[in-house]
Amino acid sequence: MKAFELYDAATVQDAVSMLSKFGPAAKVVAGGSDLVAGVMKDWIHGKGMPYPEKLIDVTTIPEMVGIKLASDSATIGAATTLSAIAESPQMQKGWRVLTDSLFSVASPEIRNLGTLGGNINQRPRCWFFRGEKFSCYKKGGDFCFAVTGDNRYNAIIGGELCYIVHPSDAATALLALNASATIAGTGGTRTVQFDNYFTGPREDVLRENILKPDEVMVNVTIPRLAPNTKTAWTKLKFRQVYDFALVSVAVVATQENGVWKDGRVVLGGVAPVPYRAKVVEQALAGKNIKENAKAAAAAIKTVARPMSANAYKVDVATALIEKTLLDAIA
Amino acid sequence: MKQVLHLRVNGQDHAVYVPAHKTLLEVLREDLNLTGTKHGCELGECGACAVLVDGEPVLACLALPIELQGREITTIEGLADGATPHPLQTAFAELGAAQCGYCTPGVLMTAKALLDHNPHPSREEIRHALAGNLCRCTGYAKIYEAVERAAENAKMPK
Ligand SMILES: Cc1cc2nc3c(=O)[nH]c(=O)nc-3n(C[C@H](O)[C@H](O)[C@H](O)COP(=O)(O)OP(=O)(O)OC[C@H]3O[C@@H](n4cnc5c(N)ncnc54)[C@H](O)[C@@H]3O)c2cc1C
Ligand code: SF4
Ligand code: FES
Ligand code: FES
Repeated sequence: MKAFELYDAATVQDAVSMLSKFGPAAKVVAGGSDLVAGVMKDWIHGKGMPYPEKLIDVTTIPEMVGIKLASDSATIGAATTLSAIAESPQMQKGWRVLTDSLFSVASPEIRNLGTLGGNINQRPRCWFFRGEKFSCYKKGGDFCFAVTGDNRYNAIIGGELCYIVHPSDAATALLALNASATIAGTGGTRTVQFDNYFTGPREDVLRENILKPDEVMVNVTIPRLAPNTKTAWTKLKFRQVYDFALVSVAVVATQENGVWKDGRVVLGGVAPVPYRAKVVEQALAGKNIKENAKAAAAAIKTVARPMSANAYKVDVATALIEKTLLDAIA
Repeated sequence: MKQVLHLRVNGQDHAVYVPAHKTLLEVLREDLNLTGTKHGCELGECGACAVLVDGEPVLACLALPIELQGREITTIEGLADGATPHPLQTAFAELGAAQCGYCTPGVLMTAKALLDHNPHPSREEIRHALAGNLCRCTGYAKIYEAVERAAENAKMPK
């Protein structure tokens, strides 16, 4: 790893002004489990991805740590650890699909270090991106090695130019829960729905979301579920620990007598963004969930465009969507 | 850039003069000569380097000591009470729960955190807590049995 300077931010304003003063070689750091121990330790950098020289620690900002409950929502500081959220009885009671997703992340030790903001904003795991020697589009290079190389874990939906899958389990659950993030920058503070937060390679191949270089994610707000809403989480992985989603599914279903009224079906591990499967939601609208789960799940096949070695993921996604819908209403 | 870090390890205060980007694993092993904490994958994927920070298991290969100044760091060297082994160490020795021993320090520290929070865990809770500690030798059964025996035997010293 190359040497860097570390600055403890005292307030959000402090972090924002340091980011804008230091410019592109400055990065926000929280637990450091991806940025320092992954990206920097493995020398991942390129023309479009400068090696960080100055790190701004946000875990020292009191307002960014902890969970606040209100009658209609929960607000979680972006620097709160994944363990603290997953183990919170109130979060388990109100937002089980989120706590289940967090318990499926990595291992207990990594969840003790990693934070919510770090999980949502972590960089992709495409093995070419993570290999120091591959100068691919995502690092500012001029090639996607996944197109001609081994792409068994890459995207089956929404890839173009770059075919990563978004690595964050928290993001998949938060999108299903219709959550939003508060973001602070030099221009002030804004609130962004996760619907509009993640961006694909078409918009800008060098990043995965709308966060600007001088911006900090301050907290995440999750609305309480509407009455008669059921949820479920499934994540398929090769190993029970330390593994990213081959495919994951978060279902949040508002139903009446078993009929789908409203809700979301969101997939992880299939697309460059956490993917809202609207085709599946539409196939369920106004219908009995149990009777139509199989047919609705199969609708995902109409939007999937697998690569040379990952067509199996389409079948996996179809099966997991059906399973998760049935789990939610069981 | 080198700087002086003040670390509290196993109840002792240390001042070490190290580059700020060294990991906790490197500082423990190379600067404090505490080589009981093992260097496995250095990727956060094996648990061999697990130590306790304020009583919670953390991977030393992912953590930066500069972030841990003022926190209570406990390594395997701090587990026994002087010459008296910790009940976990006794149980591991009695049941042969260590074979090559490489994963053992990380397993013991993670198990200590578990027993400190939950003195009588179920088999399921033990499996859950130790999920991040990979072992190539034992097949885990002996490890779980030893944690259970330690829980039975212990008046756990804190
Ligand atoms: C072995 C291993 C297995 C893993 N398995 C999984 C898995 O199964 N599922 C999963 O979801 N993740 C997995 N992860 C990823 C892990 O969850 C993340 O590394 C962790 O959550 C990141 O949190 P952090 O606080 O350490 O982030 P950091 O490493 O500190 O930061 C990560 C990125 O987010 C940015 N960032 C952090 N906080 C903010 C903020 N408040 N505002 C703006 N930007 C911010 C940083 O600039 C950086 O780019 C795994 C990681 C490892 C090492
Ligand atoms: S999929 Fe994206 S990250 Fe992976 S090699 Fe292609 S351009 Fe790089
Ligand atoms: S050496 Fe730290 S987890 Fe393997
Ligand atoms: S005893 Fe050899 S790795 Fe566990």
